[in-house]
Amino acid sequence: MSKLDMFTDLRKSVSALTGLVLITLIVLVALFGPWIAPADPLIPSPLIRLQGPSAQHLFGTDSLGRDMLSRVIYGARISLMIGIISVTISLVPGTILGLLSGYFGKRIDSIIMRCMDMLLAFPAILLAIFITAILEPSLTNTMVAVGIVYIPHYARIVRSSVLSLKGMLFVEAISHLGGGHLRILLKHILPNCLPPIIVYATLGMGTAVLQAAALGFLGLGAQPPSPEWGAMLSEGRQYIQLAPHVAAFPGAAILILVLGFNLFGDGLRDVLDPSLRSQ
Amino acid sequence: MTLGYISKRLFHLALIMFGVSVVVFLMLRMIPGDPAQLLLGEFASPEELARLREQLGLNQSLFTQFWIYISNIVQGDMGHSVRTNAPVTGEIWVRLIATLELSLAAMCIATVFGIAAGVMSAVKQHSLWDYGAMFMALVGVSMPIFWLGLMLIYLFAVKFPLLPMMGRISLGLEVPDVTGLMMVDAVVAGNWQSFVSALKHLLLPAFTLATIPMAIVARITRSAMLEVLNMDYVRTARAKGMTELVVIFRHALRNAFLPVVTVLGLNLGLLLGGAVLTETIFSWPGLGRYVVDSLSGRDYAAVQGCILVFALLMAVINLAVDLIYVVLDPRIRVNE
Amino acid sequence: MEPILQIRNLTTRFTTKRGDLTAVDGVNLHINPGETLGVVGESGCGKSVTALSILQLLPRPIARIAGGSILFKGQNLVTAPLPVIRDIRGNQISMIFQEPMTSLNPVYTVGFQIMEPLRKHRSMKKAAARQEAAGLLDLVGIPEPRSRLDDYPHQLSGGMRQRVMIAMALACRPDLMIADEPTTALDVTIQAQILELMKQLQKEIGMAVMLITHDLGVVAETCHRVVVMYAGKMVESADVNVLFSCPAHPYTRGLFDSLPKRGCTGPLPTIRGAVPSLLNLPPGCAFQDRCDAASARCRQTPPWQEVAEGHGVRCWHPLEVSP
Repeated sequence: MSKLDMFTDLRKSVSALTGLVLITLIVLVALFGPWIAPADPLIPSPLIRLQGPSAQHLFGTDSLGRDMLSRVIYGARISLMIGIISVTISLVPGTILGLLSGYFGKRIDSIIMRCMDMLLAFPAILLAIFITAILEPSLTNTMVAVGIVYIPHYARIVRSSVLSLKGMLFVEAISHLGGGHLRILLKHILPNCLPPIIVYATLGMGTAVLQAAALGFLGLGAQPPSPEWGAMLSEGRQYIQLAPHVAAFPGAAILILVLGFNLFGDGLRDVLDPSLRSQ
Repeated sequence: MTLGYISKRLFHLALIMFGVSVVVFLMLRMIPGDPAQLLLGEFASPEELARLREQLGLNQSLFTQFWIYISNIVQGDMGHSVRTNAPVTGEIWVRLIATLELSLAAMCIATVFGIAAGVMSAVKQHSLWDYGAMFMALVGVSMPIFWLGLMLIYLFAVKFPLLPMMGRISLGLEVPDVTGLMMVDAVVAGNWQSFVSALKHLLLPAFTLATIPMAIVARITRSAMLEVLNMDYVRTARAKGMTELVVIFRHALRNAFLPVVTVLGLNLGLLLGGAVLTETIFSWPGLGRYVVDSLSGRDYAAVQGCILVFALLMAVINLAVDLIYVVLDPRIRVNE
Repeated sequence: MEPILQIRNLTTRFTTKRGDLTAVDGVNLHINPGETLGVVGESGCGKSVTALSILQLLPRPIARIAGGSILFKGQNLVTAPLPVIRDIRGNQISMIFQEPMTSLNPVYTVGFQIMEPLRKHRSMKKAAARQEAAGLLDLVGIPEPRSRLDDYPHQLSGGMRQRVMIAMALACRPDLMIADEPTTALDVTIQAQILELMKQLQKEIGMAVMLITHDLGVVAETCHRVVVMYAGKMVESADVNVLFSCPAHPYTRGLFDSLPKRGCTGPLPTIRGAVPSLLNLPPGCAFQDRCDAASARCRQTPPWQEVAEGHGVRCWHPLEVSP
């Protein structure tokens, strides 16, 4: 194998592997949180407020004297949950709408797609802000809002792969053989749409975590005293001059998790779906 | 490109805006409670409430209500703010200009640095620079910019006090309001001190807001350039004896612009959304911060106005992107 | 007569996913002033790579010149610094390519693209260059040249685009034009027009032409001398009349036999087998597996020998050449 190729392959695998390592790290931290966290993330200790990082409190303490390390560890559970649930909320309806739209075409297609266009006419975070504001700010509503905002993205991706599949001979052959619509959709079309869906969902986890954290930062997501990373940043913002560590660590955690999903998603895309590469 | 094309696009734009107004109208009526109460806030007197109900036609059919709502909007009347009692339209206008100043600055930074990094990466593919720049770009795409903003404030305003933490201009300095764009106004007035102050205030928020688009532009530029550099016409340019700079910038980059512009257009939402966060962090008196403040102040008239304006902005910029596309690609220009 | 271009022992290597390969292996050829040299062979035989090597236009970093020299007016292009090469490209040596559809930049007018070498090499001002460009379009037979200057490539047909490419190549009145399959992508009638045009222009300007093609008909009509390449090596070289009347290499003979002939019905003879992959060539002569005359000796690399004055061949068993 030549030097050139080795570099390309190396880079691919390095990016995917690094992503996988980062994600695994945070998943492990989330799973074993209660065992590895040195302190309770919610109980205040007024005597040790806003202390910088030390041997006792590796990440320092926040304005109520809570151990930042423990809060960041518990925050991993919340962020991963947000990622999984929001992506599911956008993935399932998005896939169904995309399948229907691409498969049946005509009127159904144009109605569904015009509605999706309408959702896409708003900047994503603004729509999410608006939805959470209507539903009352909370962690659950954050996930719902972020989920709804990204439905059109999945619908579009699924629709375009259905359209390209529909032109292929094997689908035509099956429908001539008398396969029912549902059967064709679920058994033959959906499995072939999976690669782009998987790639997009992986990248979407990162986006969802980022958007939910942004809502938390704006005070529209998880509410105190929840150790959600975005909400912690919002608290840390007030003490940025005195105690920058309160904001630094949760934000770094967000960056690492999102970077993990993006690295892994990029690597997956190169392997699973070369056609998406140019985007 | 013909007039017909533009008018078709304008019609499309109007259609989208109509749809958006319907959505906003319905959403405000989906919030439990009396819309008049929502719009006027909890301290409104019964007379005021009655008058607004009458004005909005709340006692009449939903259709009549919608008609009143739409005709008000078309006339530029988006109601009064609960918090300041001023017309929402005027309040939004002032802030819109501030947001535009910030976004334009960010856009310039993102385009210049993003394209430069992308071109360098493509020309030196598989080099250390390429890997480094593309890793940084991925970090940029993953960046929680509200955190980046805070860290920049800590670094450049607290630890090394080089730049101001927030606002648009230092206290005590003033510029005459001509365009609303602080730096332009300072130049117009010939006020050097104000110009420097406005520039210093702009730097941190503009860089924060530019991070994600810059990373996206760098990635797209790289992949577009890699594709274009393999084209036959690039070889032709070399065969003509053009210098490598001319080959890259005149012959290759000009063609690579097309995908870059497309992707920038697709990611507009990201930029405008980023403005909401950036303005909140740096207390930039723009539309993004206004919408967040209005929401927490339950100022629904203002919220409604902001959302309509944001959607209009998206639609207008999308149209602009399509027109730029037409200018950039002669094949579209003539076939249209 | 002093040749204008002298290639000695040129070797060009490619680095690919499946290993290194030698695309051009020890090619020796020369072109005299005002002469048309045909370079013939199947795709992948190294003829285009030879042409790209001359102007250092090989795709980097996968290709590189591994040895030999290319002397142009006494200057070795292989070792010349890039600025020197750039002054020669499009000025003293110009090149036209196979794909007129993709060889012109879609976002600039043809006028702009023709004016580029004029402004660069002749330091012409815009107005003068435009005047000259219009003259060039006229020269290559494009009607209404002035208004065509502002057209974009997509507004022109394939034949017109190739004419534009030729105009561009002629802009600085080069000493040598390298034409890499200039007519392959065009319709047959257009092909004839373009070839006729090239022939006529060559006479007018007095430049030398290196015509790369796989089409023997084209060679017969336009070339003075011919070089035949097979699997990266030169296998035969002769004047066009000599080569057509008495080819010495079995491969050349096979090429002629597989041409359709007037009055002949029945299946055309073909060369059996296929071109071997450059990645694993047989030892010795690359043609041995397809050759009727092959013997055990062909496992050793045949030397270059002159069977007649100006008629060279690389074969252990050259066909009889009548004097």
